[in-house]
Formats: sequence, C-alpha cells, structure tokens
Amino acid sequence: MGRTLAEKVWADHVVRHAEGEPDLLYIDLHLVHEVTSPQAFDGLRAAGRPVRRPDLTLATEDHNVPTQNIALPIADPISRAQVDALRTNCADFGVPVYSLGNIEQGIVHVVGPQLGLTQPGMTVVCGDSHTSTHGAFGALAFGIGTSEVEHVLATQTLPLKPFKTMAITVEGELPVGVSAKDITLAVIAKIGTGGGQGYVLEYRGSAIRALSMEGRMTLCNMSIEAGARAGMVAPDETTFEYLKGRPHAPEGAHWDAAVAYWRTLPTDAEATFDAEVVIDASTLSPFVTWGTNPGQGLPLTASVPSPEDARDEVDRVAIERALEYMALTPGMPLREIAVDTVFVGSCTNGRIEDLRVVADVLRGRKVAASVRMLIVPGSVRVKMQAEDEGLHSVFTDSGAEWREAGCSMCLAMNPDKLAPGERSASTSNRNFEGRQGPGGRTHLVSPAVAAATAVAGRLAAPADLTPVA
Amino acid sequence: MDKFTVHTGTAVPLRRSNVDTDQIIPAEYLKRITRHGFEDGLFSAWRKDPEFVLNQPRYDGATILVAGPDFGTGSSREHAVWALQDYGFAVVVSSRFADIFRGNSGKGGLLTAQVPQDEVERIWAAIEADPTAEVTVDLDRRQIRVGDLVADFDVDDYVRWRLMEGLDDIGITLKHESDITAFEESRPAYKPTTTAVN
Ligand code: SF4
Repeated sequence: MGRTLAEKVWADHVVRHAEGEPDLLYIDLHLVHEVTSPQAFDGLRAAGRPVRRPDLTLATEDHNVPTQNIALPIADPISRAQVDALRTNCADFGVPVYSLGNIEQGIVHVVGPQLGLTQPGMTVVCGDSHTSTHGAFGALAFGIGTSEVEHVLATQTLPLKPFKTMAITVEGELPVGVSAKDITLAVIAKIGTGGGQGYVLEYRGSAIRALSMEGRMTLCNMSIEAGARAGMVAPDETTFEYLKGRPHAPEGAHWDAAVAYWRTLPTDAEATFDAEVVIDASTLSPFVTWGTNPGQGLPLTASVPSPEDARDEVDRVAIERALEYMALTPGMPLREIAVDTVFVGSCTNGRIEDLRVVADVLRGRKVAASVRMLIVPGSVRVKMQAEDEGLHSVFTDSGAEWREAGCSMCLAMNPDKLAPGERSASTSNRNFEGRQGPGGRTHLVSPAVAAATAVAGRLAAPADLTPVA
Repeated sequence: MDKFTVHTGTAVPLRRSNVDTDQIIPAEYLKRITRHGFEDGLFSAWRKDPEFVLNQPRYDGATILVAGPDFGTGSSREHAVWALQDYGFAVVVSSRFADIFRGNSGKGGLLTAQVPQDEVERIWAAIEADPTAEVTVDLDRRQIRVGDLVADFDVDDYVRWRLMEGLDDIGITLKHESDITAFEESRPAYKPTTTAVN
C-alpha cells in the first residue's frame, strides 16, 4: 500500500511509538515570535530547563512591530514589553533572534522560507496558526499553543495523534489574472471554514504544479482558514530551484543527498486519501470575500448574497449577521463596493512576487483619491529586493504608502488599523469582525485585485481598469 | 514540577458554586507576558469586598481552597490555574470541576480533589469552626483528613501518577530522552540549523 506525502514525513519523525499513546514526533524547525512565547520561556525558567536545541530554533519580531519610524522605541507599552521580553528570553536561552532593524527581520513565515530554512520533508512548528505556510515546500508544518511551545523548546518533540489526509486536486490551467489566492478562497468557499478539520490538505494537480513557490505558500498559508491543521505541496523542481543557493540550503554532497531524499517524498501512486476535493482550474476567476469569515467568498462578478440563498438555518443566521456587520445589501454587485483602505502585505501575500503583481497594475496609474493604500513587505529582504527593482517608486508615484516589514494591518496589533466603520480590500487571510481594527470591515482579495481596487476605489480586477496609455 | 504525595496546610471555605474562570481571573490580566505574578488577579472582583473570605485574616496563609460545585467553568485560560497557584493554593476541593479547568490543573500541578457535596459541607463546618485546623490532603491514599473527619476523594489515575512522580507533560517526554537523543544521532547531516551563516 502506498503512502501520502504527509504520512511519509510523519513516519520519518517518530521518536517513539507506543500503543494507546500519542506518537512522539521530532521537530526539525521551531519558529518563535514575541506574542505566544513569553509564558513558555517563563515556564522553562521556573522548571530550570534549558532550550534543548537553540540551533533548531529561530525567533523574529513581527506581530507588534511598527512599520514606520522603526528606529524609535515602540510607542505602545504592551507591544514594547512583548518585544523586549522576546529579546531577553532569546539572550538568556541562546536562541537566535532577528530583531527590528536586522536585515533578516520580518514575518516569521516569510523569513523561514527565504533563508532556506524551510525544506521538504521537515517538521516545522510555531506558536502561530499560519505556520501551515511552510507546507508549500513539502514540509509538515502546523501551529501550536503556548504550552506546546514550551514543550518543543524543552524537548524538540511533541506528542501528537496522526491527522487524516485530504487531497485538494486542481487540474487544468488557471485563466489569466487568477492567482493562488483565488484558488484558496474558492476552495474555502467550497468546503467551508470547518471543512478541513482534522485533516492535512495536500494540494495536487497540474494547476498546483504550475504555481511558483510564492503561490504555493499563499495556498498553504490559508489551509488553516479551511479548518485544516496543515497544507502541503509535494516538492518538485520548482521547490529545488527556489531553495538552491539560499543561506541555509544544503550545499555540495549534502545538497545531492537532500534532493535524493526529497524526490522520495511525493505521494505514491497507489496511496489513498481519507477525502478528496476536485476543482477545475479553468472555471476559477478572481475571488473576493463579502462576509466575516474566509468561507464567505464569491467570484468578483457575483453579487452580495441574500439570507434567502442560505443552505440552512445556521447559514442564514451567519449571512444575516455578516451582512449587518459588513453593512451590505443583498443583490448589490460586489464590484460596486467602495473601499477606503487597501492593504497589501502579510504572510499570505507579502512576498516579492506579490509586490511585482501590484506594481504591474499600479505602474502609470494613481490610487483613487478616496483610498489609503498601505504596502507592507513581508520582510526586510523583500523590501530591499523590491527597492532594487524600483517597485517602491511605482508604489509611491501612484500614491501608495511604502512601509517597513511586519504583520501590520493583518491583525492590527501595531498602529496600522482600520477605524470603526472603515472598509478595506486586504491581501491578508482573515476577515473576522474587528480583525483589522475594532469595527473595521475586511474584504479578502488577491494582490492583483487589491491593486486594481486601489485604483478604482471599489472592488475591481485589473481587467476592469482603463488600459494605461 | 515538585512531587506531590501529602500536602498539609490550612484551608479556606469558598461557599459559592459555579465559580467560573472569569471570576478566578478576569480577561484584563491575560495580556501579561509572564506565567507568574497572577496572584493580584485571583478573584479580583470579589476581593474588593472586605467581607470576602480571602480578605479575612483568620484564613491568611491557607493553601487549600474548598469550593462549591462546578468550580472552574468558562474559558480554557491556563491563567486560572496559574493565579490559584501564585496566590499560594496547592489544592482545590470541590464536588464537581469543569473538565478543561481540571485538565489544565493537572498540567500545571494543581491538585483538584473531588469529594461528594456532603463531605464538602463537613469540611466547611470544620474549617469555619477552627480556621487554624490542620488539613491533610493525602494523594497516595486519596484522602482528606481534618481532625477526626476523613473524606475519600476522587482523582484521575493518570493525573495522580503524574503528580506523584512530579511530572508535567515535558517531564514525561523527558523520560524518553534517550529515544530523543538516539533519534537526533540518526538525523541526516543535510538538515539545516538556524545558526547564522554569514
Ligand atoms: S501576517 Fe498576519 S497571519 Fe501572518 S503571522 Fe502575521 S499576524 Fe499572523
């Protein structure tokens, strides 16, 4: 009987297996940030335990950090205290940390891959649900709670029960202007925010193989929004090419040995999944959310739904509640929804490829006068790369704000927030009530749609814009 | 975690039922970055009342909390356990505990001893009659003793074993440390480390 990618990675990390007990799984890479780690370090201190493998642990500051004036002390005392605590903890326990101002600083899920630390066949954890991002490399990567963070710091392992597997097969060619973000929003709209519960998703099929690593990361990032613990894509030439030459990628004979192993990882032809969803790529189009969870999404060409369209009573109540919060009327074309803020960034769409797409749309155009557009690179390296390519001039020439790296308006723990009642088109991953600031309203979109929306002042795709002369 | 076999101390009667985790520690205390120092948040709303039992000097220094039924309902915050421990409690006695609270207590090393409500009433009577009465909680024999009063209590076998061994989840995993070390020795050399490479 064949095995799936996820099953192979799991099997290769079992430290101890005993009947009736969870497996003890070895963790190859533990990423840490300031919000979910302080109590874990404190727990170690209280028990007099060291960090077992500081050399497999890496911290970065992202959730709280400001994206302007980063040379000044962080103004908010709670944010500052969390960041200071991380620095002290990392110094005390010998954990490497990329602090604000460091060239390697950035969103934890952008930093790991760009350093070449995230590799196929690894187990990767972080006290953050979007750790699923790293699955794009064929790693088994998932978010954990603070007690588990402490457990991994102390033992480099976690006791875990096996997950079920679900194949998300996307065959065919994506139409022009349709991106990984649109695939993921369509998948979540199809299976629901709980549809992936208990599963590791494996994205397969020709449309997935055609995606860049950036696109695969976007896809795996949002697996958690479908309720899944993790998402994965089998490693292939695209993966190897991305990794080759990165600072932490293997070299020489190690590279050859690693690639030989990575080639054994893809799901065997005879393997079976516990569930499968099939999507025809050619039917997809730019997708946007209209409601208050990532499953409440529709093609941009559609209209705001009515509670009468609900599948059942629970759904009807959810639609009503979402329409009220989002201040939308059933039947209104989505393209007529005006926004006052556009946010490009986050671990979903804050990488260089995303910024290139945005620049391509903005080049020669202006952000609408009614719109504030924030462009926040996922890491300092992404920022530097964008500036090397001159993308930042395109952004500022069009009237967008070009900021420093961090999570920013993805969760509004720093000063970048929506005011109550403000509406955004955002390339991030969560449109929950108040996620981008209390009372703020969020429409999740792809980078291309974000950029076109900024120009049009209302939800739009690049094809809706007047061509640049 | 320290090994727990027998605990002896004084006890305080909390004659309330359905003490939820918002009462044990309100949400405003959850922004903190430490795992300790939550004693000021414990029952903070109730402690504003000078008559509240924890404010009565005769119960100063008590390490055993004897509460009404359904203790620890509400949210899953681990802070509720930390606050009780930081205040000085080693044991909570009740006739019924909320599941998640009980689970969190086991992880953190706080003993939740479950006895029938009539036994709770008798313990309350004994410690109200004499706040200095020595109360013994014997985990080995699963007994609470106050003077002549002996109450058998219920505790999960696995939790009891862990507490008596002084093991938290990490402690249990570390019992298999040789397995971890062996695994590490067989890890391929091409696996990356986070050590800076410039
Ligand atoms: S960018 Fe958003 S989703 Fe990603 S780690 Fe930061 S806060 Fe979480």
